Amino acid sequence: MVQTRPWRQFLDEAGDISRFTGRFFSQWFRPRYEVAEFFRQCFIIGYKSLPLVGLTGFIMGLVLTMQLRPSLVSYGVESQLPAMVGIAIVREIGPVIAALIFAGKIGSSIGAELGSMKVTEQIDAMEVSGTNPFKYLVVTRVLASTLMLPILVILADAVSLYGAYLGVNIRGVTSFDLFWQQIFDNLSFGDVVPAFVKSYFFGFAVGIVGCYKGYNSRKGTEGVGRSANSAVVLSSILIFMIDLIAVQITDLLHLN
Amino acid sequence: MLATASIVTEKKIITEKEKVIAISHLYKSFGDNKVLVDFNLSLYAGENVVVLGKSGSGKSVLIKCIIGLLEPDNGTIEVFGKNIPDLGHDALDEMRVKVGFLFQSNALYDSMTVRENLEFPLRRHTIKMAQKETDRLVKDALDDVGLAHTIDMMPAELSGGMRKRIALARTLILKPAIILYDEPTTGLDPITGKEIIDLMIEIQKKYNSASLIISHDMNCVRMASDRVIMLIDGKCYAGGTYDELKKLTDPKIKEFFE
Ligand SMILES: Nc1ncnc2c1ncn2[C@@H]1O[C@H](COP(=O)(O)OP(=O)(O)OP(=O)(O)O)[C@@H](O)[C@H]1O
Ligand SMILES: [Mg+2]
Repeated sequence: MVQTRPWRQFLDEAGDISRFTGRFFSQWFRPRYEVAEFFRQCFIIGYKSLPLVGLTGFIMGLVLTMQLRPSLVSYGVESQLPAMVGIAIVREIGPVIAALIFAGKIGSSIGAELGSMKVTEQIDAMEVSGTNPFKYLVVTRVLASTLMLPILVILADAVSLYGAYLGVNIRGVTSFDLFWQQIFDNLSFGDVVPAFVKSYFFGFAVGIVGCYKGYNSRKGTEGVGRSANSAVVLSSILIFMIDLIAVQITDLLHLN
Repeated sequence: MLATASIVTEKKIITEKEKVIAISHLYKSFGDNKVLVDFNLSLYAGENVVVLGKSGSGKSVLIKCIIGLLEPDNGTIEVFGKNIPDLGHDALDEMRVKVGFLFQSNALYDSMTVRENLEFPLRRHTIKMAQKETDRLVKDALDDVGLAHTIDMMPAELSGGMRKRIALARTLILKPAIILYDEPTTGLDPITGKEIIDLMIEIQKKYNSASLIISHDMNCVRMASDRVIMLIDGKCYAGGTYDELKKLTDPKIKEFFE
């Protein structure tokens, strides 16, 4: 059967990914622990995406501020500008932008790396060399991306707020101290914690999807390219889905 | 109907030796694709056997079943008297120290240097080893394949023939008693291919290991084989020495020798 229906394919894939995720949870806490490889991955994953996350965060902060100003001016609440961008950045822009950049950079590189390891039999070679490749490759990468993304999000928030500070001062004058005071006065527990928690889920989604796509790569160089590509697409979509679910949950829990 | 089962080939000298691999009634299929159908094979200590078959005939599947990367549907694969599909994780690991595997695509780890590639099996199998000992084994293995100067290079910097040699060095580093070669000369030019075959024969003499070589390269078959097994239609279609098989008139066998 060549013509499988799209929804059928979709359900098949969803099932496969769930099984893959289940395998992750059944293996991650069992010895042997690949500690060295885990730290190596943390370094690579964090370090690789640092410049891009920083740059995009900075630009988003600056642009957002400059675009919000005219509306606030027309309502005569220009003084609320730092508070507004602060909330927008910390609650939504920072985590989502960082996660999307992370998906593009790390999701694709994990997908391509594991994909090429799969098609050139490196994964099999690990297995015959006394290594559980799932633990060595998948568990370490998923854990590393889960733990690294929240750190990157904090960084993106900070850089982004610096961008916003610059944006505020392009057409007005607000002192550095006053800017930060306004931001922190308006941020509450309910703004910071849910945003932080959801970034763990974003990181997990990027890691597990990248690994799944790479680990199940088809033969040939085309297969590797496709794994990298679909890893980015799927993890980006998942990021928005998780975002959607997260906002419902915080709403239900009255954390807003 | 098989013109072939009749060719009894295991010479008397060999039969006295220890059987290191005994495969009987092996079946393996993927969905409707029946790849191995009642396949049988024996490998004796110190012997070089070539499994000859067309592309897609299931040679890689066979060799991956032997090393436990694929699970057969049916049949037994005894390596040193132990049935591979029955082995637990640790026992399988122990077995894999004794059985080297040279992958068709070399399977060198792209992100590691040559040294790290060779150290990988040493560190990962549950053997404790001092750094000095590791260094010595790495150096010995590289000397065996004549590439001592590449120790700090990345696999991407090496030519195809060099990569094959490094992969061979990595396979040899644990001094396996059996070496499984998956198409060692495919993708190499004839001269480099011949060098690899010479190297394999040299190594086999030096360590007195038994080899199972998968190939469809007739040069490799002629030079390296003590005995040839033809894998056709998922079966051990015929077996014998190169010269014996060459004389047969069965069209399915003849096409390999033309
Ligand atoms: N993991 C797998 N899943 C499904 N089918 C497979 C798998 N591995 C191999 N096959 C199928 O088994 C058959 C034999 O494949 P195999 O790789 O053993 O061929 P081969 O004899 O090694 O060929 P080549 O000389 O090209 O390497 C092919 O039809 C292939 O499609
Ligand atoms: Mg093959």
